[in-house]
Amino acid sequence: MNSNTDSILETKNLVKKYGDLTAVNCLNLKIKEGICFGLLGSNGAGKTTTLEMIESIVKPTSGEILFRGQPIGKGYHHHIGIQFQHTSLPDKLKVKEVLILFKSFYDKSMNMDELISWCDLEEILDRDSNQLSGGQRQRLLLALGLVNDPELLFLDEPTTGLDPQARRLFWQLVRSVKARNKTVVLTTHYMEEAYELCDEIGIMEKGEIIAQGSPDKLLSEHFQGLAIRIPKSDLKGPLGTVPGTLFDLPDSIEIQTIDVNGTMKALLDQNISLAHVQVRSRNLDDLFLRMTGDKK
Amino acid sequence: MKTFFALMIARNKEFYRDHVTLGWTFLFPLIVIAGFAFGYNGNSEHIFKVGVLHTTPTISAQITESEQVLRSSDTTQFVDFTDAVSAVKKVQLHQIDFLISEGRTLKYWVNPESPKGRLVEKLLLGGNPHLELLEKESVPGRAVRYVEWLIPGILAMNMMFSSLFGVGYAIVRYRKNGVLKRLKATPVTAFQFLAAQLASRLLLIMMTSAIVFFGAITIVGFKMQGSYALLFLYIAVSAGCMISLGLAVASRIASEELAEGILNLLTWPMMFLSGIWFSLDGASKGVTAFASLFPLTHIVSGSRQIMIEGASYQTLAPSMLILGGMGLIFLLLGSILFKWE
Repeated sequence: MNSNTDSILETKNLVKKYGDLTAVNCLNLKIKEGICFGLLGSNGAGKTTTLEMIESIVKPTSGEILFRGQPIGKGYHHHIGIQFQHTSLPDKLKVKEVLILFKSFYDKSMNMDELISWCDLEEILDRDSNQLSGGQRQRLLLALGLVNDPELLFLDEPTTGLDPQARRLFWQLVRSVKARNKTVVLTTHYMEEAYELCDEIGIMEKGEIIAQGSPDKLLSEHFQGLAIRIPKSDLKGPLGTVPGTLFDLPDSIEIQTIDVNGTMKALLDQNISLAHVQVRSRNLDDLFLRMTGDKK
Repeated sequence: MKTFFALMIARNKEFYRDHVTLGWTFLFPLIVIAGFAFGYNGNSEHIFKVGVLHTTPTISAQITESEQVLRSSDTTQFVDFTDAVSAVKKVQLHQIDFLISEGRTLKYWVNPESPKGRLVEKLLLGGNPHLELLEKESVPGRAVRYVEWLIPGILAMNMMFSSLFGVGYAIVRYRKNGVLKRLKATPVTAFQFLAAQLASRLLLIMMTSAIVFFGAITIVGFKMQGSYALLFLYIAVSAGCMISLGLAVASRIASEELAEGILNLLTWPMMFLSGIWFSLDGASKGVTAFASLFPLTHIVSGSRQIMIEGASYQTLAPSMLILGGMGLIFLLLGSILFKWE
């Protein structure tokens, strides 16, 4: 393997077409080793197709996928771990049996006790693997992704459907995976999750990456200042001139401004009550909506 | 190899922990046998079955005349034979009542323990003008009850359902619910996966067949005539062929409904035309030729030859070659066409 590059995974002009539909269009992506990379995009943006191509599940129409500088080949699956969003496991097998089954697929594997303890599976080892709660199931699926001690781990919407507590527990697990210097590629619809876990994100739209970088860097590039939101019910008439850019939302008016004091003063000057005003910094939700076309 | 064994063990566990399916797999054939043992406790056939052995291409005038005598009774069914050994065996086993052959002299075989055979003999002798040409040979033998005759067919039928639905349907389900996609994301090869499925089901079929076989001995007092080792080998080759057919059917389908339709399309004609329930002796040439395309036809007839007639390795070799060849073709097709998703 070529170690002259700091990218563990790279795609070059990756294209996937289904008939006339181009799902992924000339995708060039570089994922650095040891980071958590988040692939974001609305439904149909092409992120699942991209993920399945770099997981070597789906064949690209054209383009190249390089793992440590070399085109992916036969042994690639020994180096990666995958947690699918929707997957079934063979029926009637206990958790421990599923782990043993998957361990048998690989030349190299993690110590079973360590894996069980890491993913907090001790109490459910003798349970039917298809009769677990959402959180338990996701921990098992993560353990299956880690069973071969992979260098690169793919997580496809791993916390969809989990309650907030289970989600946060799962985040802890992902952080501990990262702490072991493994590279994680994550897709999610939860922007909070992407912000919490990802060192770098790529936002996809119509089969292309339209923005890539660290969440903070992208936020600072696209947003300046803060957002001030005023409920429309507190407005007695049309809003007069205030410093900043106005966005008309269904129930409120949002002002993006770098001069928060000046904007507040202008609102007070117009006798607008500040009792229900919200002041917040822009987050990934805002960035995602802006980048994917739902500009407010 | 560890992957192969792990997959095979996983599939075995999946099967034996499904108690309903497991129970049904073992009980169903035994229930069928017990049902037939209860329903067919005597000879219920109403017609005479007479074999005509053709040893030369043209039929002599004498045999035609003898046939005419027998044909005067509308209760007689004629079955053509070209192989004397198997035809005589059928007289011994009471599967046909009488056998006549052409030749320099007209020869006939009758089982002295068969009342119907003796009756046909009287009918023939009573109306035949060429008595001086007739040569008689007595071939005694115990009658094989219908239920005993049925047992090899039930074994084969159970094997067919277990192979086609147990393997084919299971793989389609795996494909539909994403198990195969998950396996595709591992280093497991299609060959390892298919081989493990084949081995797991083969093991199960051998066990089921043994239980059904010994159950039949207990329930109906079946008397095995042939070699146990040969039967074991024959069932293994047969099961391998049927499982491969299941794998070929399931190689690409992702819909359980479509799989069920195709499997039904395969199993129902085989059920009725492979000689499980009634003998194909006397069926038209077209039907016989069509039936010989089915692996089940060879499985049923071969098992019957071993279990009832005590056939040898040599006799069964052609059938085993046919089944082995069919199995290989199905397996090759299944492997080439196989898709994880």
